[in-house]
Amino acid sequence: MADNTTPEVPVRTGPTPTSTLATIRIAKNDRKRRPLPRISGKLLTGIIIVVVIALFGILAPFFVQDPRFSGNDALLPPGDGHILGTTKLGYDVFAQLAWGTRGSLFVGVVAGALALLLAILFGVLAGYFGGVVDEILTLLTNIMLVIPGLPLVMVIAAYVQNTEGLGPFARSSFLVAIVLGITGWAGSAVVLRATAKSLRMRDYVAASRVAGERPLRVIFVEILPNLVPLLAAQLIFGVIFAILGEAGLSYLGLGPTGSITLGTMLNDAQTGQAVGSQAWWWFIPPGALIALLGTGLSLINFAIDEIVNPKLRLAPQAARNQRKANREGRSVSENGAIA
Amino acid sequence: MSHAKPNGPSTLEIKNLKRDYTLRSGFKRNVLHAVSDVSFTLEPGRTIALVGESGSGKSTVARIISRLENATGGQVLLDGAPAPTRGRALERYRSKVQMVFQDPFASLNPFHTILHHVERPLRIHHPHLSSKQIKERAYELLERVQLTPASRYADRRPHELSGGQRQRVAIARALAPGATYIVADEPVSMLDVSIRLGVLNLLAELQRSEGLGVLYITHDLATARHFSDEIMVMYRGKIVERGEPDSVILNPQHEYTRTLLEAAADPDRLGQLRAEVRAEGITT
Ligand SMILES: Nc1ncnc2c1ncn2[C@@H]1O[C@H](COP(=O)(O)OP(=O)(O)OP(=O)(O)O)[C@@H](O)[C@H]1O
Ligand SMILES: [Mg+2]
Repeated sequence: MADNTTPEVPVRTGPTPTSTLATIRIAKNDRKRRPLPRISGKLLTGIIIVVVIALFGILAPFFVQDPRFSGNDALLPPGDGHILGTTKLGYDVFAQLAWGTRGSLFVGVVAGALALLLAILFGVLAGYFGGVVDEILTLLTNIMLVIPGLPLVMVIAAYVQNTEGLGPFARSSFLVAIVLGITGWAGSAVVLRATAKSLRMRDYVAASRVAGERPLRVIFVEILPNLVPLLAAQLIFGVIFAILGEAGLSYLGLGPTGSITLGTMLNDAQTGQAVGSQAWWWFIPPGALIALLGTGLSLINFAIDEIVNPKLRLAPQAARNQRKANREGRSVSENGAIA
Repeated sequence: MSHAKPNGPSTLEIKNLKRDYTLRSGFKRNVLHAVSDVSFTLEPGRTIALVGESGSGKSTVARIISRLENATGGQVLLDGAPAPTRGRALERYRSKVQMVFQDPFASLNPFHTILHHVERPLRIHHPHLSSKQIKERAYELLERVQLTPASRYADRRPHELSGGQRQRVAIARALAPGATYIVADEPVSMLDVSIRLGVLNLLAELQRSEGLGVLYITHDLATARHFSDEIMVMYRGKIVERGEPDSVILNPQHEYTRTLLEAAADPDRLGQLRAEVRAEGITT
């Protein structure tokens, strides 16, 4: 009866060879693609904008005059000696711009990193552990989520800045960054929780638990690396939120008046009636820089989104293919089969 | 290989195992008895096959034995002691009881290398070994599962391997802690038919040479008969029939076993089945 034991064994020729070939091809493609995802135009533009602005913020302050030196003539238009003119108080606008960019980037990076950290803490832990932990953490996240962001930041900022005993720290950009960080994590936490929850169910997570990995190692070594693109996107989102938030706060006079940021420049311009006195060189450069920085970061974010979610990337590609096929007269046939 | 084996008779005893799931739909609550009252004993050097249709609770049993899930009733006893749920005790339990998952495409982390997958359990369960020794052992294990030369596979990532190769990595990972018991949950069902037998033969060969106690979960009565010392037939969370492979297959007592056998391939029927499937495929 030995023949009865192995009816499945005979190799079925038929679909097998083609499917193996397909697997090989896919594997090869993967291998090529893996080290660096294809750099799209969006990503490249975004990176160039952000890198140029970042270099400007990092390096330019070393070469400009003291941004708080008021010995210059007031409200000089752009010209010799002062590329971007001067403010009402005689500060050099270019020097202020250099320091302001540095200040804004500092706030953005610190707040973004803090927000990401909190989002991981609340989102990933909640998603991974589930149960009571999840319920408590999700409750806190939801509370943070439904409180409108800017008003909350304003209340906290106003409160801390008027707290006795903080000294110059109360008006520093570091404090503003912290306030922005602890108010800006909830959205990311929701996203991370959902992803962690689905990754938790993956077999490789279960397998690493069976292998004996401790929960924190499972989270940080097995799960988080697979979240890197998502984390990067959340970080960039946090940075944008913080830079714009800081600008908003500063414009309202709740910003780090002890430091110079793009936001405080705008605030100075506003209180100094730059618009009324038509000193466009005072408020347009910081405004434009904020807009550019936001654009650059958003472009990078879109590009990362496309990597995380290949459907987004394939959509324009598919559209292009279709146009090309149409041009060449071999469009998709009616029943959906590709000609 | 020189994995220490426990002295004296070792057993992994599953006693009156029960697992209920509460399903909520709106305000209604339904209790699903995924596993009710399952008992059996695994011993080193023996393979028990657990067969049953989809949804009969086989994976649930596997997940409870490997402590990925808790039972709602009954016990898992390793050498007479209840299986722990946490901490060092659980780690010790896992160094004895390991699992091979069904889908090798999902059970290896796409981010990590093959070496990582085999090294980690070695590092966790043999903390006294040096990094060099661990690497040597990992290579040994890869060669053990016929991934030779190991250096060709060690630094690759899972997506660069075929399904059969991945499942071999998964088997190496399960062997790494020095386990005595392996739960293999449909280890070949996701693999191409042409490579199934190779993987099963490897498992059988390891089982003999290491004296492993294997719980082989499958849909496939033919391989169950060929590779096991005992067959248990599971139906709706209960074991409805068990015994020597030949007697279960040739002389099925329970009605469900008979239907299973009928559904299973007898070569003539297989041809008929294929014709039916083709006919259907054309009409739709
Ligand atoms: N987490 C869960 N919540 C609710 N029900 C579940 C859960 N896990 C499994 N079940 C149910 O328990 C029953 C047994 O599932 P199990 O995965 O053990 O089946 P199986 O025998 O392994 O099936 P297959 O052969 O398809 O793998 C099924 O009806 C399933 O729907
Ligand atoms: Mg299953």
